[in-house]
Amino acid sequence: MSWKKDEDTDELGALMNLDQSTVMQEARVFNETPIRPRHSRLLLAKIIFLLYRGDKMSTTEATDLFFSITKLFQCKDMSLRQMVYLTIKELSTVSEDVIMVTSSLMKDMQPKSEITYRANAIRALCKIVDPSMLPGIERFLKSAIVEKSPSIASAALVSSFHLFKDAKDAVRRWSNEVSEALNGKALSQGSSFFGGGSSAQNQVVSNSKIVQYHALGLMYAIRQHDRMAVLKLVQSFSGQGKSSSWMGGSNPTLRSDMAQVMLVRYAVRVMENDSSLLPQLYTLLEEWMGHRSDMVSIEAARAMCQLRDVTAKQLTPAVNVLQQALSASQKPTLRFAAIRTLNALARTHPEAVQPCNVDMEGLITDSNRSVATFAITTLLKTGNEASVDRLMKQMQGFMAEISDEFKIIVAEAVRSLCRKFPSKHSVFLGFLSGVLRDEGGFEFKRAAIEAIMDLAKNVPECKEAALAHLCEFIEDCEFTKLSVRVLHFLGEEGPLTARPTIYIRHIYNRVVLENSVVRAAAVSALAKFGVSPMADASLQRSVNVLLKRCLDDRDDEVRDRAAWALRMSGCNQTLRDKYVRDDSTFALAVLERKLVEYCADPDASSKGSFNFESIPRISRAQEEESRTRARMENMDAVLTGTTISAPSGSGRQAGGTESTEPGTPGIGSGAAASGFMDSFEQQVQYASQLNAIPELAVFGEQPLVSSAKPVELTESETEYVVRCVKHVYESHIVFQFDVTNTIPEQVLEQVEVAMEPEEDIEGVLQPVVVVPIAELKYDQPGTTYVAFEHTDPETFPAVSFACTLKFIVKECDPATGEPEEGDDGFEDEYSLEATDISAGDYMQATYIPDSHTLWESLGVDGEAVETFALASFDSIEECVSKVCDLLGMCPLEGALKPKSKAAHQAVFTGRWLGRTRAVARTRMTYQKGAGVTMELAVRSEDRNISELVVSAIA
Amino acid sequence: MVNLSLYTVRAVIVLDGEGNRLIAKYYTRGPGEQSYKTLKEQKKFESELFGKTKKTNSQVILYDGQTVVFTASSDVYIYLVGDPEENELLLLAALQGFYDAVCQLVKYDLSKRKVLDNLDMVVLALDETIDDGIILETDANVIASNVSKRGVDTIDVSLSNINEQTIIDAYKQAKERFNLALLR
Repeated sequence: MSWKKDEDTDELGALMNLDQSTVMQEARVFNETPIRPRHSRLLLAKIIFLLYRGDKMSTTEATDLFFSITKLFQCKDMSLRQMVYLTIKELSTVSEDVIMVTSSLMKDMQPKSEITYRANAIRALCKIVDPSMLPGIERFLKSAIVEKSPSIASAALVSSFHLFKDAKDAVRRWSNEVSEALNGKALSQGSSFFGGGSSAQNQVVSNSKIVQYHALGLMYAIRQHDRMAVLKLVQSFSGQGKSSSWMGGSNPTLRSDMAQVMLVRYAVRVMENDSSLLPQLYTLLEEWMGHRSDMVSIEAARAMCQLRDVTAKQLTPAVNVLQQALSASQKPTLRFAAIRTLNALARTHPEAVQPCNVDMEGLITDSNRSVATFAITTLLKTGNEASVDRLMKQMQGFMAEISDEFKIIVAEAVRSLCRKFPSKHSVFLGFLSGVLRDEGGFEFKRAAIEAIMDLAKNVPECKEAALAHLCEFIEDCEFTKLSVRVLHFLGEEGPLTARPTIYIRHIYNRVVLENSVVRAAAVSALAKFGVSPMADASLQRSVNVLLKRCLDDRDDEVRDRAAWALRMSGCNQTLRDKYVRDDSTFALAVLERKLVEYCADPDASSKGSFNFESIPRISRAQEEESRTRARMENMDAVLTGTTISAPSGSGRQAGGTESTEPGTPGIGSGAAASGFMDSFEQQVQYASQLNAIPELAVFGEQPLVSSAKPVELTESETEYVVRCVKHVYESHIVFQFDVTNTIPEQVLEQVEVAMEPEEDIEGVLQPVVVVPIAELKYDQPGTTYVAFEHTDPETFPAVSFACTLKFIVKECDPATGEPEEGDDGFEDEYSLEATDISAGDYMQATYIPDSHTLWESLGVDGEAVETFALASFDSIEECVSKVCDLLGMCPLEGALKPKSKAAHQAVFTGRWLGRTRAVARTRMTYQKGAGVTMELAVRSEDRNISELVVSAIA
Repeated sequence: MVNLSLYTVRAVIVLDGEGNRLIAKYYTRGPGEQSYKTLKEQKKFESELFGKTKKTNSQVILYDGQTVVFTASSDVYIYLVGDPEENELLLLAALQGFYDAVCQLVKYDLSKRKVLDNLDMVVLALDETIDDGIILETDANVIASNVSKRGVDTIDVSLSNINEQTIIDAYKQAKERFNLALLR
């Protein structure tokens, strides 16, 4: 039975290169009488092949084709008819007037048709039907749902599910029939009234009982907004309604595994937010974990792991199930499902996953790369010091056998381990230098040297050994970029070691042997040795000699750098520090946006050169932190394909952008400091949003001083959800309100926020612009703005505003979201929580290098000091992060991570309105019972400002 | 977010031994944004996916934010693409059902040649397994039995046959008319 028998010319290749126009020509066959079913069926298959292959068909072509296909309904041949149904379904999205075949399909749907006819006709009909025609076929669908043949029942249920989106009310009316199908009564019925019609075909009995799956899914869709009904649905299948069996009614059971999986999901959905039902949910999940089907037990275990507020002890049964699944050698998918769940669990409860460590170590070499990757990343989170040696040995064993891509994962993994267990540095370093000597691509080598650099930076004991490995690496490195990276690093770290001269030799070797890019990098590195404060006269002399030799280099960049370095070595220490050893850098996201704006503005150059002062600065340490964190997240997300989101209870939070979700704490520390980095990225986004609005874009010409973190002005489950973000410009303040309408039956128009100041701000702040939201549909967040002009540049009011959301409500059809005709709506308002401006909002958080010197030079003249007794805080950590928020300043290294529980010092820097530099120092002590006592001292170039900053805490 | 609807399958892809598409069906009815709208995006996804999965027997992979289960037989690769959070084993059940049914239909030893030779059966089997993103059936025997075999082109049949046929036809038609009239 091959194509060849039918068309002699049809070779395999010919089918692969099938041409659409040829097929269209051939389609004339459909018009012949008598119809040739076999020939036609094969031709239809070709048409479907074209569509599935991705060929585009024009509407006219499709319509023509469609009409010739309708002629095939004259032929009774079963095999042809089935193909006709499929083709109609596929063409229904392209062709016009598909409604024409309704009557033919209706005929096939009749109870006396053959089963395959009926099931297929139902599915095809529901694809082409218009919701308005539904009443005409409702009766047939209802009886099909309770049909004893599973194929027909499934077809009807699935089709109803498709229709549900457009015809909710009609489908709701069928819930009795759906419930009958769900409880399997139809299955156990005797021969149906129309039994004669279906007996013609020998029906194979389905073992999957999949009808229940479809019925349950449709039932949930119908009832999803009725919490009690869903709860009842879950309970009726969970064996908890046992008393009812006493009364004679048998307890319905789910025989379909897939239906059981869905039931687990519904149970979690409906019960997890109700604390009184939680114990019941635990019991149910535990019971389901013992289900004979892996599908169900994994689903239940996974659901258990994702529950909020679950303790490690409660997780034990789930972890046991997953642990068993890990050793399912014949089922890669089961292993995968288990390790993926454990990986997600390790983020929240690493201690609960620890019992599986040994099993997971066995999976590192799994043939499924995804499983191996998950195993490694999970072990990173759960591993302890004792297991590191074993883990490393295992990794070493298979490094040679694996692909480059996977080697990178291993290198990244080792890098994270280094951070976690610094005391094991010798093991890691040995491993890394070993793999550096092996063959490998750029990305892999890069990952390995980055790991070594991390070690050198974070573990002082092994710095020299690590640098020596790096020196060895650049001796024979084929990647220019990596050589440059290593040379830069040697320049940073080398001068601080006890014997810098050994590195100088390695670096100068590069000047002699390498290409111009590497030579230039080597010269810069040499220069850093020369100007280091540790360098004695003889070292400086020898560096200068080497640099002078570079003045004769062939490449001008190398010569330039050498000349510049020589000139620097003659300067005094402060200047050197500023140019060669600057420890701050620009907030790159902001810098990029400003530069793009500058380049896009045609008359920018006439306004003067680019203003670097307006770019916030951050320290290199902070930059490093944020990179590390981004890398950790990438490692989890990219390597494993996706992030596993937190358990979802309240559904998708409307308007909640990703950046507002709490990031996973990176391994190591500094999540707080990198959160600070994120705020710059966020500012860039806001700035481009603001500039897109004509009324507000005028402010955009002034530098944006700061954008505060979003503040919720409503509870998250109210009718309207509002968040406020403040943007402070030099002479304007813009309030951004992100509003979400959570009522499906309403459309809001002319949405705006009325802001009433609670104090007199006449002459200080002047409202200038209100940008309303024209139309706010259900679940589509919109943004409205209120802008104030800051008219008195001398005063900086701290003021609170009472906010009210004002809008016009119109009723709408929840299905379409279109407001009803002739509804003029009515005005309404909704009061929000107050929002305020405080001193911290005027502050631009920016890193100022060498704050200590600045502090000294500002002196006591511009100082303001105050002592606060803050009894409400339970720990220093809590207090310091609150203070940081209030001040709106940039925390310096270690500021947010108190080392002691009793006393802490923190330093913050910032620029008032982006101009005046300010440094804040806090000293705080904590005593149990008395809370935190804090002394805040602020110095700036203007005493008034210092006092304003202090007033931010109150 | 956990998928609470029946829309489970985002795409079914059948590739040959070089990663060329034989059949691909991307479902659009499910919730959320459809990931691969244009043919170009689809082909890119397919070739990258193929690159990741050829020469492995790993059955499942997370790729480009989707859970993908797959199976291979000589020079045919079959993929089922689902939500990132989807239960892998549930997807696998559908894939296995489809694969086994196709194997039954083509009398085993599935190959590219056999897929192309039996294209009509393969596409029908797919239609019987997944209906617009909803898993319709996972039992391979049922899927295979729901796919009709090819008929014959009855052009030259004997006279007696025709007579008999016409009588039965006429009877059937009359019965249908009668039924329709009853239903109205």
